[in-house]
Amino acid sequence: MANKLHFSLVSPERELYSGKVDQVDIPGTEGNFGVLPDHAPLMAAIRTGAITVYENGAEKQFFVQGGFADVTPAGLTVLAERAAPMSELTSERLQDDIASAKDSLIGLEGEAALAVQQNLDGLNAVAATL
Amino acid sequence: MASLKDLKNRISSVKNTQKITKAMQMVAAAKLRKAQEAAENARPYAERINSVITNLAGSMIGVGDAPELLVGNGKEDTVLLVVATADRGLCGGFNTNIVRKAREEIVALEGQGKTVKLFLIGKKGYDQLNRLYHDNIVKFISLKEERKLHAGIAQSIGETITEMFRNGEFDVCKLVYSKFVNVMTQDAVSNTLIPAIASIDEESEDTGPDLKGAIYTYEPDEAGILRILLPRNINTQIFTALLENQAGEMGSKMTAMDNATRNAGDMIDKLTLTFNRTRQAQITSELIEIISGAEAL
Repeated sequence: MANKLHFSLVSPERELYSGKVDQVDIPGTEGNFGVLPDHAPLMAAIRTGAITVYENGAEKQFFVQGGFADVTPAGLTVLAERAAPMSELTSERLQDDIASAKDSLIGLEGEAALAVQQNLDGLNAVAATL
Repeated sequence: MASLKDLKNRISSVKNTQKITKAMQMVAAAKLRKAQEAAENARPYAERINSVITNLAGSMIGVGDAPELLVGNGKEDTVLLVVATADRGLCGGFNTNIVRKAREEIVALEGQGKTVKLFLIGKKGYDQLNRLYHDNIVKFISLKEERKLHAGIAQSIGETITEMFRNGEFDVCKLVYSKFVNVMTQDAVSNTLIPAIASIDEESEDTGPDLKGAIYTYEPDEAGILRILLPRNINTQIFTALLENQAGEMGSKMTAMDNATRNAGDMIDKLTLTFNRTRQAQITSELIEIISGAEAL
């Protein structure tokens, strides 16, 4: 493939990835989507889950929690509230997160509860793949 | 004149002080490198989020139901001043500069007949402002217990501020902190956090990325994105401020401690000179006594 997509993944603390890739799969709030080179401009909120980066046949996965994906002609930028390479993720930490998400769900209603529930679902799904 | 023993004691005490300031300088230098790195790592995120907001704000201005965090609630009567300082002293004029900037802001705002509320981050700023503006302080947070700055701290502060705004406790929010220029220079600055639109007008002329004529797709819609994005922007700005502050504190501390070490060195030189002179004078006078004693025989 001649065209490559410029992809960068940034969290408030650091830039986790920056470089040319073939494809990136992103968990959006409205559903998963893949971004290929020359994607139309898009701004999407993301939910808790895994980002998959395809580069030269190799796959790399990142855990993300909350944030945005911003696609411009210049490339794709993911602004994640929290992000970490899958390899750095431990199931203990995830279990902690799941437990605290469950705690905060108690007493919540409506939209806020929905957001926490979505976060929880994402965490559970990631935990299942570990 | 001080006795030889006194001088000796003074020299050794200044030497001990010098050792301490030297050690503090080196610790500050090591921490500065880390703090600078952290500030640089955080920069891409802050820049991106800013350009995204600028981009979105353009399309939201003039729309009737624009979020209040973006355009304000229509009033400017009560101003919340978030003042971020360090928790430790011994860093030159760092904290004082921030506090001075904050006081200028307070005086200017009160001059316009506005109510000022203070939200203080960092113990040193609290100590200094508590004396003058005790009644204006609504909240105080010390970060002394946090060993390392992380986004979570900024998030909880940001959420508190957003919550206060929603409860109508203030109309405009400004953030005062110290911008890290380089090791020698830190500028105390104040940025407007709420409404977000004010800070966009102030600083950036960035009109967002060139879309080459294409139209942005929003998922969910623009309002939904802004609703999540705006509180996050506040968190990010606070986080950036905290990081800049940390780097500035360390830079300032390094310079201050370097000066202190050099002053201690000068002082030791002077004291040693006096010590030697006194010692020689003493020997000379002893010799004169012996010689004149021998002559008298």
